[in-house]
Amino acid sequence: MSSDQTPPAVEDVSTQEARMGEGVDDRFNSTLREAFGSTPFILTKFDKFMNWVRGSSMFMLQFGIACCSIEMIHTYAIKHDLDRFGAGVPRASPRQADVIIVPGTIVSKFAPRMKRVYDQMPEPKFVVSMGSCTISGGPFQEGYNVIKGAEEVIPVDIHVPGCPPRPEALVYGVAKLQERVANGESSPVTVKPYELEQFGDLERDELVDKLAAEIDEDDLVMRYNWNDSP
Amino acid sequence: MSIEKVPESDGEIGVTEDGLDYDALADLLGGHVIGRETHVNAEGFVIRPDEVQEVLSTLKTEAGFDHCSCVTAQEYDDRYESIYHLRKYDDPTQELSVVVPTTKDDPTSQSAARVYDTADWHEREAYDLVGINYDDHPDLRRILLPETWQGHPLSKDFNQDQPQIVTLRENANPLQGDHRSEDDPDTMFINIGPHHPATHGVLHVKTTLDGEQIADIDPDIGYLHRCEEQMCQQGTYRHQIMPYPDRWDYVSAGILNEWAYARAAEDLAEIEVPEYAQIIRTMSAEFCRIAAHMLALGTFALDVFGDFTAIFQYAFRDREVVQNILEDLTGQRLMFNYLRLGGVAWDLPEPREEFFEKIRDFLDELPHKLEEYHDLITGNEIFQMRCVDTGVLTPEMAKQYGATGPVARGSGVDYDLRRDDPYGYYDELDWNVVTEEGCDNFSRVLVRMREVEESARIIEQCVDLLEQWPEDEREIQANVPRTLRPDPDKEIYRAVEGAKGELGIYIRSDGTDKPARFKIRSPCFSNLQTLPEMSQGEYVPDMVASLGSLDIVLGEVDR
Repeated sequence: MSSDQTPPAVEDVSTQEARMGEGVDDRFNSTLREAFGSTPFILTKFDKFMNWVRGSSMFMLQFGIACCSIEMIHTYAIKHDLDRFGAGVPRASPRQADVIIVPGTIVSKFAPRMKRVYDQMPEPKFVVSMGSCTISGGPFQEGYNVIKGAEEVIPVDIHVPGCPPRPEALVYGVAKLQERVANGESSPVTVKPYELEQFGDLERDELVDKLAAEIDEDDLVMRYNWNDSP
Repeated sequence: MSIEKVPESDGEIGVTEDGLDYDALADLLGGHVIGRETHVNAEGFVIRPDEVQEVLSTLKTEAGFDHCSCVTAQEYDDRYESIYHLRKYDDPTQELSVVVPTTKDDPTSQSAARVYDTADWHEREAYDLVGINYDDHPDLRRILLPETWQGHPLSKDFNQDQPQIVTLRENANPLQGDHRSEDDPDTMFINIGPHHPATHGVLHVKTTLDGEQIADIDPDIGYLHRCEEQMCQQGTYRHQIMPYPDRWDYVSAGILNEWAYARAAEDLAEIEVPEYAQIIRTMSAEFCRIAAHMLALGTFALDVFGDFTAIFQYAFRDREVVQNILEDLTGQRLMFNYLRLGGVAWDLPEPREEFFEKIRDFLDELPHKLEEYHDLITGNEIFQMRCVDTGVLTPEMAKQYGATGPVARGSGVDYDLRRDDPYGYYDELDWNVVTEEGCDNFSRVLVRMREVEESARIIEQCVDLLEQWPEDEREIQANVPRTLRPDPDKEIYRAVEGAKGELGIYIRSDGTDKPARFKIRSPCFSNLQTLPEMSQGEYVPDMVASLGSLDIVLGEVDR
């Protein structure tokens, strides 16, 4: 299209005008746009459009915990390149991220911190849990210090099993999440949340009494009742 | 920090041509030795819990035991026990265990932290997990578990099902009290981690800044303490333990870790590994080392000049090649679970020629790739400005903190267990131990890059050997009983050279098919202790560079 514009004489125009050319900037034209022809309108539901957009450009949180994070890095890196699916830019700050991949074993000391990171992400947010540890504690399930799955702390949309899952499996998991987001399906499950709560709000029992001297009333705490774990 | 400032003696006491003469060492200590034990790797001297500092400093200054590689704590039915595994940097085959029993009612023992700086963290871990108190310890508090944890999980009466409460509270500035006025604070407290891109996982560094310089720094670990020792104590020797080592140092160093367990357990149960299997082990372990060093290089470049696009991706490209070869061999990309006690799981993949060709292709391309890395990284002026003369760790400090691996070798400490305490097939092959004298971040990176070349040399020789190996002598597995039950009260500490340094395993058997105590000596745990030493007075970016050059893996630090 630009070919049929005759370039104006050089001395008449400023550099800016020469660069911009006349009429609508044709760089925005695409094959898709041309397919619409003279009626550049589509009819869709706003929600559906928004969901499609959401699923097609997801910002992941740069969040590494354990072994699975090595395979997660491989998924971001060359060869597997998660970016091809519109979900590859890792953001260092939770405030800029839509999706958190939980790649590894969660232990008692880390769970409150992970919950805090999750809380800092803006809505709508999605969780992909990667590896057996985030499903059930995996090979470390019997450990005294291990949370029996990510769902005890935050709601999870997609589970990718494996120890660790191959990068292809993670790509599949993310693609499935995108599909669900695009279809507006979302059913995060929380099995039994360990919540962050103020120490003063805990039910008084032997343990709370014992720790009362060490912890302030308004300190945030997470209480683990291992017996209630699935 | 150590109280002993006496010039070191030649450390020749008890050294004979066929090993250590423990009687001479016992004479040196005189009446301090109240009993003798025999462990598989060394003799153990039993001493009184209130004479620890005296005995250890004598051994350090007069007998030359300058490396406290590990402190193992355990609970027996009638007593608690701390074992200090000592060896020498010059010759790690000269070992000595110092056994310190304490009573059940009052498990208090004198701290060795004033003799060996490295004992500081090791004793904190012993206090945390087993519950032994150390007198005169500079800072005895929990290290792996949260501060509000109830009970000591590796002690006998620990109830795993009791509820626990963990806090998420603001960290206080430890230098707050030093301020001249409350309203005009001249130090600033910054949390780096546990969720931070530069900490290589879930490390939390409590940093106090004075201006832009680091006034106080305290690495806070335990965010990935997933009870590896407990898991290993619950598994049977033959098959159930082997999958766990893969998950200690998970940066593709799986086979190196498996070897640490295999070596300790094989020596404990007196299993001879066939030569052919040893060559396969040696070859695959070196592949793991290359993969681990590649990741260290890529993430270091990412830390130092935020290079996510070029070097990081190049390093991962090369890791993919290595992982493909290892996948052909073991069937797994990351968690190989390939070694077995007495050998390996299976022979090389068929067709063998194709497999060898793949390896040779990789080896042929490697020199060119390394040249490219040198152009991009070590030859880069910005990189040099960031890394030369930052994060300085003197050889003396490295030894004090029990640093090993590339961290020690980057400070000129010539210590490599592959050569000094030979195992596998290393002593039959032609290769060199890499050391650099710079003691800074740059040297540590350089050591890793040069080690990749040496690993490639080892692999090449292994491939030659494997190619010519007669077909009917390809024995991959020794004859091992279905259930292993080593003799009761047999104790062993054995180490191999992992990707990050000396990876040691202590096992005590109690006559059953499961270990009574399984202790992991992780190189990263000791190496990380040097971080405050390296970054005091430096800028935050230099601290990040130092952390990157230490190349820690939190799975191994916390276990």
